[in-house]
Amino acid sequence: MELILEGIKKAFWLLVTFDPEVLGITWLSLRVSGLATFFSLFIGITLGTAVALTRFPGRRFVVSVINTGMGVPPVVVGLFVTIFLWRNGPLGFLELLYTPTAIILAQAVIATPIVAGISLASIQKIPEALRLQILALGATRIQMVWLLVKEARLPLLAAVMAGFGGVISEVGASIMVGGNIKGYSRVLTTATVMETGRGNFDVAIALSVILLLFTFIINAIFTSIQQRERPR
Amino acid sequence: MKETILSVRGLKVSRGGVPVLDIQELDVYAGEFLSLIGPNGAGKSTLLLSLAGLIKRDKGEILFHGRPVENGARLLEYRRSLAMVFQEPLLFDSTVYDNVAAGLKLRGTERKKMRPIVEENMELFAVAHLSSRSARKISGGEAQRTSLARAFATNPELILLDEPFASLDPPAKESIIGDLGHAMHIKKTTAIMATHDRRDALRLSDRIAVMEGGRIAQIGAPVEVMYQPVSESVAQFVGIETTLEGKVRSSAGGIMQVDVGSRDILCTGDFAPGEQVMCFIRPEHVTVYPGGARPDSSARNVFTGTVLKIQTIGLLYRLSIDCGFMLSAHVTQQAMEDLRLAVGSPVTVAFKATSVHVIRKSWD
Repeated sequence: MELILEGIKKAFWLLVTFDPEVLGITWLSLRVSGLATFFSLFIGITLGTAVALTRFPGRRFVVSVINTGMGVPPVVVGLFVTIFLWRNGPLGFLELLYTPTAIILAQAVIATPIVAGISLASIQKIPEALRLQILALGATRIQMVWLLVKEARLPLLAAVMAGFGGVISEVGASIMVGGNIKGYSRVLTTATVMETGRGNFDVAIALSVILLLFTFIINAIFTSIQQRERPR
Repeated sequence: MKETILSVRGLKVSRGGVPVLDIQELDVYAGEFLSLIGPNGAGKSTLLLSLAGLIKRDKGEILFHGRPVENGARLLEYRRSLAMVFQEPLLFDSTVYDNVAAGLKLRGTERKKMRPIVEENMELFAVAHLSSRSARKISGGEAQRTSLARAFATNPELILLDEPFASLDPPAKESIIGDLGHAMHIKKTTAIMATHDRRDALRLSDRIAVMEGGRIAQIGAPVEVMYQPVSESVAQFVGIETTLEGKVRSSAGGIMQVDVGSRDILCTGDFAPGEQVMCFIRPEHVTVYPGGARPDSSARNVFTGTVLKIQTIGLLYRLSIDCGFMLSAHVTQQAMEDLRLAVGSPVTVAFKATSVHVIRKSWD
């Protein structure tokens, strides 16, 4: 019990004094996961919208793949990204392994199906009649797609949150492709794992509190969006 | 001669391989209000959707101002000269103003030019006071008004209405029908409305088309369709409750005597004696008197009978009367009390020869 209290005290101290190392780790976490989410939005929303609005043979299979992708364990992604970036792997020449860029890449791979899956579901949920209504209002195909995406903006915002929430709390892939190098590729989750292993519970608790704080904020926003009224 | 704005020729549409629409010929005149009535699945909505170029047609032509409507750039141009309103308001998740402006925005109308147009149309449908409100936070009636204002804002030549009142409560529906009629009058827009409610059609229409199984069974002025249906199924749909099969016994001077089984009735018409016919009598054209009374009206068909069944229909009562043949009549609550009507009551019924619509019996 004393251990936890001590830890929380230390955590509080580290936070209020803006400990440079903790601050650096936090900043890198936000930047890496933020960028990864940003990239996943482009691919995810485009892919989700395209699958939602088109009919082609094998569509069900593609939907299943996306939905499965939403639940792929980050370590599996970490493994494959590591193989690809390995010195003599297909992308080895880029020399990206054990860099923050590698973490961004892995996290984007994790977040993309999440974003695509939620986009797909939310665009698909828009009634078919609204599509017809938009066309009847004189929209071109591009205008129609844009209006539908705009119409689904709240659930799409949820996709952003889910994607970001998924990658910022992820540890497996980050540690595998980033290497948890001090001051370079160390993020909140990997640092927590390491400090816990070393028995530095106070630092680990401090890092966890920060992580919890972000997860809480994200979920609070997510919930408030979910609870909004549906339009007529 | 009225100007034809839209013509349909040999239009066929199928869904999932099943034919759902087969319109041989339909002409819509500029400025008219045409209603499509018919039961569910008659093809009303499908016809509207294909007229809007929103579903593929298997065959046939749609001509707008004499020019065929095709796919491609011309289709967009065509769609931009019409508007469509559905049963659900289908509003965007933004303000009432933005919703009414939506069609104009899609056409790239300048913001400055847009404002007066949007405001005028919001006024027209009494939603101007809701302008900056979220479309999520207005009532169902207000939402449908917004949807109508959005449709009228682009100043369409043709407006297609797909069951626009079906989700509204009666008071909201009443006032919206009033405003729609007013808007139609001011804008001189041509309209085609699908509805399953013949009363709505009667209130707004210049012409009514009765649809059945994907075809237009009958089209004409409201009185024509209501009083002179061309078939038994149309008759049923327009509210005729008595259909009698019979054979013309004699015919002279525009009056026929028709044998409808155990009795003969007199009707106007000039089919030849011996012809098999069907006689339609609207329930509101039958007058009910106490049993044994001698009606002092000019009605030429007077029979005595017995009340077999009484049903309430809104504020009226429907009587099924056996007077040698089955006759349906509508009476008021007052009449029920005055005549002390009950099942088994003897009554005298009367209807005019002109109230009977006679068609040649069809054998399909």
